[in-house]
Amino acid sequence: MPAQCSSCTEKRAVLKRPKTGHSLCKECFFWAFEEEVHQTIVAAELFKSGETVGIAASGGKDSTVLAHVMKLLNERYSYGLELMLISVDEGITGYRDDSLETVKRNQQQYELPLKIVSYEELYGWTMDAIVKQVGLKNNCTFCGVFRRQALDRGAVMLKVDKICTGHNADDVAETVLMNVLRGDIARLRRCTAISTSSEGEGVVPRCKPLKYAYEKEIVLYAYFKKLDYFSTECIYSPNAYRGYARTFLKDLESIRPSTIMDIIHSGENLSVREGVKMPVQGTCSRCGYISSQALCKSCVLLEGLNRGLPKLGIGKHHRLHDKILSQQPLTEKEERKLKSVDF
Amino acid sequence: MAAPIAVHLEFGGGAELLFNGVKEHHVTLPSQSEPWDMKQLLVWIQRNLLKERPELFVQGDSVRPGILVLINDADWELMNQNACACLTAAGLDCSVGLKPAH
Repeated sequence: MPAQCSSCTEKRAVLKRPKTGHSLCKECFFWAFEEEVHQTIVAAELFKSGETVGIAASGGKDSTVLAHVMKLLNERYSYGLELMLISVDEGITGYRDDSLETVKRNQQQYELPLKIVSYEELYGWTMDAIVKQVGLKNNCTFCGVFRRQALDRGAVMLKVDKICTGHNADDVAETVLMNVLRGDIARLRRCTAISTSSEGEGVVPRCKPLKYAYEKEIVLYAYFKKLDYFSTECIYSPNAYRGYARTFLKDLESIRPSTIMDIIHSGENLSVREGVKMPVQGTCSRCGYISSQALCKSCVLLEGLNRGLPKLGIGKHHRLHDKILSQQPLTEKEERKLKSVDF
Repeated sequence: MAAPIAVHLEFGGGAELLFNGVKEHHVTLPSQSEPWDMKQLLVWIQRNLLKERPELFVQGDSVRPGILVLINDADWELMNQNACACLTAAGLDCSVGLKPAH
């Protein structure tokens, strides 16, 4: 039979916390979860009183729990923040349209203003149209690159000071692993940071208040609080590489729950030897967004789509950036390489 | 002999997709010589309810890591997992909920 709550010793425990091993009842769990997020926010000084904060809301469990907890803590501890929801509509029929309905209900439930920015209005392309052109192989690249910028554009339109995202501890650990596996030292170094400083014009600082919250606890928090969230996977195939990292991590977690915190800890304490070559952050000469190349990834991907050369932004084609910028025609050989699409 | 037991199964968070999209199942487990436990229930679910991609649901003789299991609305990790005689102890009210964490 279930154990008693180890905190209040009165009520029936409803979960075993992966992070601490404690058995807690519903109320003690809610309190512990909320307090830990509060501690994370306070310790890292994520917000200042008077700031306007945009919550990146997808309608999924993480952002729904984030919106709920941010609103609650803002009131409980008088953070003095003005909160709003920002959603990105990627234009995926049967997936995002449904999850946006959830966000619209959240807007009512939490009484927060909502701004939806769509790929179609920003880029002239929906993900449905992109998949039609590029197939199901690199579509997640387009979606990921466009989403990052779309959130910034939405944040600028809403004039928010900061964006917070629902990335949880499992996500961060997965990302550390993936960056190790890909040898991406630049990303490995910054992926565990709880917040980014403003990296340039049009780039709004971001932070992850749920960085130390386990996915299991987020799911159970949403479940026991009966929060309204959307739980369908994207119809355009999951990101395969992340899938492997995820499965590996979950297997490890089932043997040793602290694995997730341990990987984050490793990531946080890595230091990169001096002299390791890092990309230099500059700005895109076309749209002004941060970029380590002459053209930002988003502009290259878009150029590829508009020219019917979908592979332009996939892989390394930096040498072609100058040609694109000066609107020189590509050679036949170059075009052929960029056209072939693997289905 | 353990008498047949009624169990209310609920799949959520996307797990229902492996069960023809049906979230709630009211089933009766047949009588057998030993009391039912979770391990046996998982085998029974796999044989009788699971419609597709078993590898997304089971791994070895347990659920796939990442799937959360609640028994009578409590985390099954609180219980002595393999010795879940609680299935019979909880009798007719027994409900098992399974949801993937993502």
